[in-house]
Amino acid sequence: MTRNVEGLMLKVECKATQILHHLTFNIKPSTFLVLLLFSCTANRDPKERLEFWALGREGEVVAEMLADFERANPDIDVVVQQIPWSAAHEKLLTAYVGESTPDVAQMGNTWIPEFTAMRALEELAPTVVDRGDYFPGIWATNVIGGKLYGIPWYVDTRVLFYRSDILAAAGFPRAPRTWGEWGQAMETIRARRLSRYAILLPTNEFEQIEVLAFSNGSTLLNRDGTRGAFRQPPFAQAFDFYIEIFRRGWSPAVSNSEIANIYQQFAQGDFAMWITGPWNVGECKRRLPAEMQDKWATAPLPARDASAPTGVSMAGGSSLVVFRGGKHRAAAEKLIRFLSEPAQQVRFFELTGDLPARRSAWSAPALVSDPYFPAFREQLERVQPLPQVPEWEQIATAMFDRGEAAARGTVAVPAALAQLDAKADALLEKRRWMLDRAVITR
Amino acid sequence: MSPESRAALLFLAPAILLLAVFFFAPVIAGFALSLTDFDLYTIGDSHNLRFLALRNYRDLLGSSIFWTAFGNTLYFALVGGPLTVVVSLAAALLINAKLIRAKSLFRTVYFAPVVTTLVAVSIVFKYLYHPRFGVFNRALSAVGLESIDWLGNPKLAMFAIIMLAVWKGFGYTMIIFIAGLQNIPGELYEAARIDGAGWWKQFRHVTLPMLGPTFLFVGVVVAIGQLQIFAEPYVMTRGGPLNKTLTMVMLMYEQGFRFWRMGYAAAVAFVLFLIIGTATLVQMRLQEKR
Repeated sequence: MTRNVEGLMLKVECKATQILHHLTFNIKPSTFLVLLLFSCTANRDPKERLEFWALGREGEVVAEMLADFERANPDIDVVVQQIPWSAAHEKLLTAYVGESTPDVAQMGNTWIPEFTAMRALEELAPTVVDRGDYFPGIWATNVIGGKLYGIPWYVDTRVLFYRSDILAAAGFPRAPRTWGEWGQAMETIRARRLSRYAILLPTNEFEQIEVLAFSNGSTLLNRDGTRGAFRQPPFAQAFDFYIEIFRRGWSPAVSNSEIANIYQQFAQGDFAMWITGPWNVGECKRRLPAEMQDKWATAPLPARDASAPTGVSMAGGSSLVVFRGGKHRAAAEKLIRFLSEPAQQVRFFELTGDLPARRSAWSAPALVSDPYFPAFREQLERVQPLPQVPEWEQIATAMFDRGEAAARGTVAVPAALAQLDAKADALLEKRRWMLDRAVITR
Repeated sequence: MSPESRAALLFLAPAILLLAVFFFAPVIAGFALSLTDFDLYTIGDSHNLRFLALRNYRDLLGSSIFWTAFGNTLYFALVGGPLTVVVSLAAALLINAKLIRAKSLFRTVYFAPVVTTLVAVSIVFKYLYHPRFGVFNRALSAVGLESIDWLGNPKLAMFAIIMLAVWKGFGYTMIIFIAGLQNIPGELYEAARIDGAGWWKQFRHVTLPMLGPTFLFVGVVVAIGQLQIFAEPYVMTRGGPLNKTLTMVMLMYEQGFRFWRMGYAAAVAFVLFLIIGTATLVQMRLQEKR
């Protein structure tokens, strides 16, 4: 009897700490996490407590899905901590340095190289899920030095959004398939003034340059990720094409912040094409006027030439990772396996609009019958991870900066490429030094 | 050591100890950090730490982003600083004027922004500046002017932040100015009036010179505060658009906590420290000469 009362008290205390933890999370996460772990691991509750950090909207809805998981696993109690996207990266970094990481976390798959460099992540067995069911390019974002550090949760990539009426008027009843056709379509649209501009490539988005480079076979950096490969022909040609789009007046050289309402401009024909991601499917459905709804479409990126089925886009999205040193490895893997089940992937798509990472989940009626998602399905077979080095984001920033300068004509293309290589080489100096010392195994 | 000085040392010991542990030790550690390449790889394996001597400083001074941040910070301080001083002096003169009633009410109202939370205020201002629904643009359109994208326009974003900073900060310096004004003996004004000095001459030849020390203090405090501006751009613009609101502390934060280049970020901190130190020295020298 006394034991029961004591247990109850501990439970109450534990809940109180949890609430306190929630309330004060933004001020002192580490202190309260320590307090929390202390009070909750010490109690005699037989349930295993699994801390799961999920980001933004995903964090809101995943709690809903976890009721099923906890019913199936009554011995596991999953505590979801929702973190806003804007703070997530810093919070995860500081949590690791402050030794207060969760057991499982959602993580943008481009962050994995960074956390692996810090040795923050636990290596996962590829048998946790059915590997063959995943898109190879997406899977590859989780593999560093031959080791698996995350399981894809949902995916994100860029495709071509276009005004089907304008392209049809330019003689393209379907989207251009190759760069040759693409250039022809843009030139026709410009020459016949079918829209104000043929395409919109915001100059502050490095994704635009990345997908063109990928489509032309560039890996952006060399194989080891120790030097830039910007002056090599695959990148240089893609960069030339990118600059040509501005030089010929196919796209305005403007950044995102100079565009007030992109949907309105797309609807009124300020531009006929646009390279963007899955979230804009929902936005376009919601924001474009009703009479526009049958006049826009999506298509995979155009290929460099007819030898490839489509262009190559970037492998984005989020993965689920397990932090090193956690005590709940088995439970963590159970949770990941549950969230990776095709049925849960479909449910997750219905709740968030995030695209499933598994091919089998793509047979869901909501995805098959939608006119806009099949282009993503096709593109996902041809996606490539960004260079898997922690320095990539800084290099990418330099890439759009030099791209913008070249597009506005303030720097010549060869000079811009040389500057990019110099910048990348400077940022990657540490990696070269480490590789020489054979500290990293790539 | 005489017993007196031993006793003095004993009494000073707690303060010295606190300063040593919480100020000098971190400063020295920070400087040591700035001579290394402490980064992500170092967190993974401490063998990945190298001593770089002054290379971080050389790289920093050679990078264009540093000069962008430096220019933005200087712009903020050189426009925002004098503006704060002028506004707060004007407010202090008004409140100190004999004709004004409900002085304590005005004093409280003007001082209120100082005690509000900076982050909360920044978020509120973000709404006020909203291109479509913000109060400022409502006011503009009410008088028939075109609305302005305050925080999205590269030319205006920093100025929008300056307006917030002045509004938030002038109350504090105003209080100091009021104290300074009240310290000026009334006889001086009387004598000036007998000599036939009008309001402007009294202000020019009595008020301003007598406020000299106050100006020094206010100048130093404002300059130090302005050069360290961080929360406003962090909350409102994240340094954008086009890096136009990227300040020195923002740069330090980005390098340190976003890219985790701690050695490099520490170098930024020391350069900022030198800049603030120089600014303070220059102000003190100028004041001495007068």
